[in-house]
Amino acid sequence: MTERPDHTAELENLVGSAAGPPQLAPHAVNEAMIRHWVEAMGDTNAAYVSNEAAQALGLAGVIAPPTMLQAWIMRGLRATVEVEAARASGRPAGDTATDRMMTLLDDEGFTSVVATNCDQSYARPLVLGDRVVVSSVIEAVSSVKKTGLGTGRFITTRLDFAAVSAQTVGSDPDPTEIFGRGEPVATMRFRILKFAPAAVAQHKGAQTLVAESIPPALRPRPAITQDIAYFFEGARQHKLLIQRCAACGTLRHPPLPACGLCRSFAWDTIEASGRGEVFSFVVVHHPQVPGFEYPLPIGLIELEEGTRIVADLIGVEGSEVRVGMPVMVEFIEYDEELTLPAFRPRPEGAT
Amino acid sequence: MTTHSFAGTVAITGIGATEFSKASGRSELHLATEAVDLALRDAGIEPAEVEGMVTYSTDTNPDIDIARSLGIGELKFFSRIHYGGGAAGGTIQQAALAVAHGVADVVVCYRAFNERSGFRFGAGIQDRPPVANAENAHFAFYAPFGLLTPAQWVAMAAARYLHMSGATSEDLGRVSVADRRHAATNPKAWFYDKPITLADHQSSRWIVEPLHLLDCCQETDGGQALVVTSLERARDLENPPAVVRAAAQGSGANQDMMTSYYRDDLCGLPEMTVVARQLFETAGLSPDDMQAAILYDHFTPYVLYQLEELGFCRRGEAKDFIADGNIELGGRLPINTHGGQLGEGYLHGMNGIAEGVRLVRGTSVNQVHGLEHVVVTAGTGVPTSGLILGVDR
Repeated sequence: MTERPDHTAELENLVGSAAGPPQLAPHAVNEAMIRHWVEAMGDTNAAYVSNEAAQALGLAGVIAPPTMLQAWIMRGLRATVEVEAARASGRPAGDTATDRMMTLLDDEGFTSVVATNCDQSYARPLVLGDRVVVSSVIEAVSSVKKTGLGTGRFITTRLDFAAVSAQTVGSDPDPTEIFGRGEPVATMRFRILKFAPAAVAQHKGAQTLVAESIPPALRPRPAITQDIAYFFEGARQHKLLIQRCAACGTLRHPPLPACGLCRSFAWDTIEASGRGEVFSFVVVHHPQVPGFEYPLPIGLIELEEGTRIVADLIGVEGSEVRVGMPVMVEFIEYDEELTLPAFRPRPEGAT
Repeated sequence: MTTHSFAGTVAITGIGATEFSKASGRSELHLATEAVDLALRDAGIEPAEVEGMVTYSTDTNPDIDIARSLGIGELKFFSRIHYGGGAAGGTIQQAALAVAHGVADVVVCYRAFNERSGFRFGAGIQDRPPVANAENAHFAFYAPFGLLTPAQWVAMAAARYLHMSGATSEDLGRVSVADRRHAATNPKAWFYDKPITLADHQSSRWIVEPLHLLDCCQETDGGQALVVTSLERARDLENPPAVVRAAAQGSGANQDMMTSYYRDDLCGLPEMTVVARQLFETAGLSPDDMQAAILYDHFTPYVLYQLEELGFCRRGEAKDFIADGNIELGGRLPINTHGGQLGEGYLHGMNGIAEGVRLVRGTSVNQVHGLEHVVVTAGTGVPTSGLILGVDR
């Protein structure tokens, strides 16, 4: 595997920077765009199209659908195509912090992008005649994460939306000045994953396209009690922890509150070496649930410390797995919350 | 030496079931009520005489709703048993205890669900945020890794068993073929008149290697009920009593729910050893005294385990016992004469108890002639239960 350039320091310098200058909506909040939007979305709330309906709810008149927030400041298809074409050719269209960040991420090999989260909070509804202006800040750039889609970094941008009366906006408006005097109306946090597609995705062109346009489905969440939390916290730190009785030293997995041998409730953990052997395994074909790739080989791994653990087998086809096969742990960060151990075959005797 | 004082003093005197289908078109409560109604009619006992009701903790049908619906008045005993299909024989044990100790003279045991058209157990646990309690936390070590369904949980143990015993997928398939042959002559079976060959089994699609589709039982909508009373009372009723010679529950050492992967080997069901020991000691009988067996068959591998645990063959030799035709009609130990859950329907083991009753009465469509005793087991891979039913002699 070739070494990737590491731009961590430069990326960290960009955190807190304005993503770019404030952007002014091309048009005031208006009935035509609202109507197109609610029809496209299938939203039948009459308060978005009828003054009478809005007034029946105690509003002054029609309001814009709150989740339409970003639509008012979108740059449009043509500009997007131009920006993406420039980036692909290695000539960034501008020199904003966002442009610099994207160039750094592209250089690290994280050329694909997928939107993962969008959270909005609203101070007041937008009404007809509001002119929206937005200012954006790069709020966070994560360390390099291994995800189900591929390795990459999560980028969080905060967009602060303000509005002024359209009548106060002249013919040659200064968005910075308008943002300065605007009334805050909403905040949005937008998180993307910039990633290098996993090797398997690169072989399947169509699937890569799908992966770039659809957020990855999450794996089932574990229910975590106080008794078992250490295991998942350890996994997030890429440590495979085994519960140990603090009195008699017996290792146990799955975890329990007390030791079945000596009845002690005192316990701590040890970090496993990560080496083990396949004690048994299955290859799952059905049902196929979101969050997994099938056929899915899953192993019951006997760790060299003596306990066993169920985990996915990676880097091996189901047909190649054998009972007794030596394996080594790796950790996969599926999403912000969930990191799990998985086991890859290791050459006999390898450490 | 285990002795259960209720053994031999209590009988199953009524059985009743709805049709077994893929879409019942009615509520689970309706199915449960129908099954209880039919079982009481079969027994010749009036609803007002029922004093106790027992079902599974996984059953969604309140005993009190059934009681109101059928005109059952006061109840003095009600109980629910945990661990899915492992509860089947436990319902009869608890009913027998209540009857033998004078707590309730007539107890109805029931189980009903729309397991195909409603909530399907095999659908997989998906992206639901589970409540953090110990029962859910158990799955934290399986579900996030993609080990999500009963078939998958069983397959992990079965793969080890196949590796150690030398049994093959074809050996598993012979269980399915036998069950389906028995179902083919049972008009109540979903797979009536639809036997399969070993080649059909082998060519059926993978569900989870090493299990093919035809290693997995059906998903069924239906209800089944059983009426328990004293042997003395049963003798005055029309049906020949199915005497409860023994009824036992069992959880083994180092027991887990479906994933007992941390025992020294994965080639046994220690919980079934606990059940078998109690059954044979209490009844004063041995495996040689059984002329048939109803073995819980949600997935084929655990049928092999059970033949070994119950002492019908030695460890690792179930494959040979099966290959010799012993589990078929006319063999040493015909199993699942109704077709089992692979062939008749998946009623969480309760339809198997009903078949045990029919065998004792002599009314099975695949009757084993001269039968005196039949052993019936409950859900495997979980804390479980079992019965020995016998003719009244």
